[in-house]
Amino acid sequence: MTDILIQKRIPVIPRMVKGRFRRIKYVILFVAYAIYFMLPWLRWERDNGPAQAVLFDIASRKFYLFDLTVYAQDIFWLAGLLVIAAFLLFFVTGIAGRVFCGYFCFQTLWTDVFVLIERLVQGERNARIKLINGPNTAEKILKLTTTKFLWLLMSFFTGLAFTAYWADSFELTKLFFTGQAPFPAYATTLFLMVTTFVMAGLAREQVCTYMCPYSRFQAVMFDDDTLIVVYDEQRGEGENGRIKPSRDLSVKEEREHQGYGDCIDCGYCVQVCPTGIDIRNGMQYECISCALCIDACDTIMDSIKYPRGLVRYSSEHELHGSPRRWYKLKNLGYSVSILLVTGLLVWSIMTRSLTELTVNQVRQPLSVTLSDGRVQNRFELKVVNKSDHTQSYQISLEGIEQAELDMGHFAEFTLRSGDSVKLQVAIKHTRLNHEGQRIDFMFVVQSLNTKDIPIIRHKAVFNQP
Amino acid sequence: MSSEKTNQTVQTTGHTWDGDLQEFNNPLPNWWLWTFYATVIFAVIYWIFFPAFPIGNSYTKGVMNDITYKNADGVENTTHWNTRSLFMKEMQDAREMQKPYIDKISKASYAQIAKDKDQSAFAYSTAKVLFADNCAPCHQTGGAGVMGLYPNLVDDAWLWGGSYQNIETTIRAGHVGFMPGFKGNLSAVQIDNVAEYVLSLSGEKVNVANAAKGQAIFEGAGGCFACHTKAGTGQIAMGAPNLTDKIWTIVDVQAAPGLAEKKAVVKSVIDKGVSRDMPGWQGRLSDADIKMLTYYVHQLGGGT
Repeated sequence: MTDILIQKRIPVIPRMVKGRFRRIKYVILFVAYAIYFMLPWLRWERDNGPAQAVLFDIASRKFYLFDLTVYAQDIFWLAGLLVIAAFLLFFVTGIAGRVFCGYFCFQTLWTDVFVLIERLVQGERNARIKLINGPNTAEKILKLTTTKFLWLLMSFFTGLAFTAYWADSFELTKLFFTGQAPFPAYATTLFLMVTTFVMAGLAREQVCTYMCPYSRFQAVMFDDDTLIVVYDEQRGEGENGRIKPSRDLSVKEEREHQGYGDCIDCGYCVQVCPTGIDIRNGMQYECISCALCIDACDTIMDSIKYPRGLVRYSSEHELHGSPRRWYKLKNLGYSVSILLVTGLLVWSIMTRSLTELTVNQVRQPLSVTLSDGRVQNRFELKVVNKSDHTQSYQISLEGIEQAELDMGHFAEFTLRSGDSVKLQVAIKHTRLNHEGQRIDFMFVVQSLNTKDIPIIRHKAVFNQP
Repeated sequence: MSSEKTNQTVQTTGHTWDGDLQEFNNPLPNWWLWTFYATVIFAVIYWIFFPAFPIGNSYTKGVMNDITYKNADGVENTTHWNTRSLFMKEMQDAREMQKPYIDKISKASYAQIAKDKDQSAFAYSTAKVLFADNCAPCHQTGGAGVMGLYPNLVDDAWLWGGSYQNIETTIRAGHVGFMPGFKGNLSAVQIDNVAEYVLSLSGEKVNVANAAKGQAIFEGAGGCFACHTKAGTGQIAMGAPNLTDKIWTIVDVQAAPGLAEKKAVVKSVIDKGVSRDMPGWQGRLSDADIKMLTYYVHQLGGGT
């Protein structure tokens, strides 16, 4: 026998469908695209940086998000955000299945748009199949080329929009088209352009089926109450299976009488599926829960005046007649975790300090005796002005009386917004009574301009030899 | 078409072991195959543009990948792509980036550097590296030195002066520090008395009568005053230490528990003397480097 070594890909050419889920998906697509493509162009006046609402400034290590400036030191907020995203994903998946895949994933969104382009140029599903399988006419070549060209254009703008988040968008675009933009701008745009084209144009459902790890492990978050897209087999198949409606078999009662189910085997649910599966075969790992087959079946059921819901959102429990349970330890645990982490993140952002002080003790040597018998400890201080305005600062000590603070020429210093300074500081103190004695004290940083900037204290230790 | 896909039965390799054990043949997806071809194409392109194959004593150098760099002496060199040249190019870029700062510091006075937060930060961090490379083997990473061998730079006592000028002179020219041993020139009792007097200068409680005898020798026959001065405050011209402060650089008097032990360690210095040598760095480091190093060492514990 001959082994098949390479699996031939059967191209999926999804048909258009109208319905409530399709409408929801279009709304989400529109909102997501509006945000993604327009956000970098939104202007936002701020005193301490560029007038771009959202800007990730790698060079100066600052992320501007409207009125919030995120410094490199605050990057742990990103961890908080990712934890929230992960918990939210688990939570939603446990309750409603692959909602993210079907409605929000950029692979789904971009594939949707690419299919729309394909349809615009080449026509509906039948016409597309005919075109692909037909002879290489000038029309075929023109249409396929036009499609690919529009895809590339779309990919290019996707890449450019992404790049615009990392620099002044207007300035960058001008430089980009005059060939003066920095190399990383071209590389990033090209990379995103190529990946968008390949993933949304060529690979499509293979990304979900073969590449995406989430699609493979989401099943562990499912339980018997999780919403899944199901084909009501009992109703659809009856005792004798599904059958096409011939003259005798078009009335529901007659079909039931003869033992046939409600499924008229029109195949619409299969034609609209973006991953090319037949939902009537039961739950499959390829299914991204986009619910387009529900829209398709509902359309048919409406047209033949059968009740809707032959293909619908349901759960294992519901299918077997028991009610869906919402309250379970898992869901409660996820909601508590999400609220907790969100609360922590918001609290951390709200209470962020406008002055940052880092204290490093010089440890080589830890202390030294001076000629007048006093003991000296040295510290390296770093002060960052994270407020929106230029500030003058003064540093003082608390909890260590009789100590002399030697700051060199920087007893007072001024920092522009976002600037930082490193200071070499010496503290001199009379010799303490016991060998190895320590004094806990505080460095205090105070803004001299305004009382709105809270005073910052930092613990430190004075060591005696 | 999708029924084609879903109705595919799983193929087996055809072998059967133990009666019923079979191996599935799960064919590779097509995209995987194309990814593989893409890596092959990438490899071929790489062979063309980068060094790849050995040929005899040489190798293919790749085309259109020249790197031109200037080394530290300003000599320009052009080679095919290689990581060493990349490194040299990066070093050149770094030198060019540092140049404006270094030029500024070369022109500035020490007082100006100390007052400017950018210049002082640049000088400090650059010199920290220079110090680690050139000075730390003796003076230790933090500048604390080694008792008896290499002076402590972080306290505020300076054998050869702690002003910017003094420190720069020391770094440029180096120093030879010498104190003769007095064993043989002075009797054991005399040395004992001198030690007691020297300890009294630092405020230690000693036998007043003995110290008075020691003072006579210190200021007279012993000749100690010639370097240390009659007041015992030392002279930076000779590198003679101040004996009246609390700092001891040759022996750890502070750590000695009682008067007898303190006297013993001081006597050992008077007996044997001291001989130390620091080489000069003029010619080994550039003027700008020496300037930044001076600023750094002064920052550690220098005075006016």
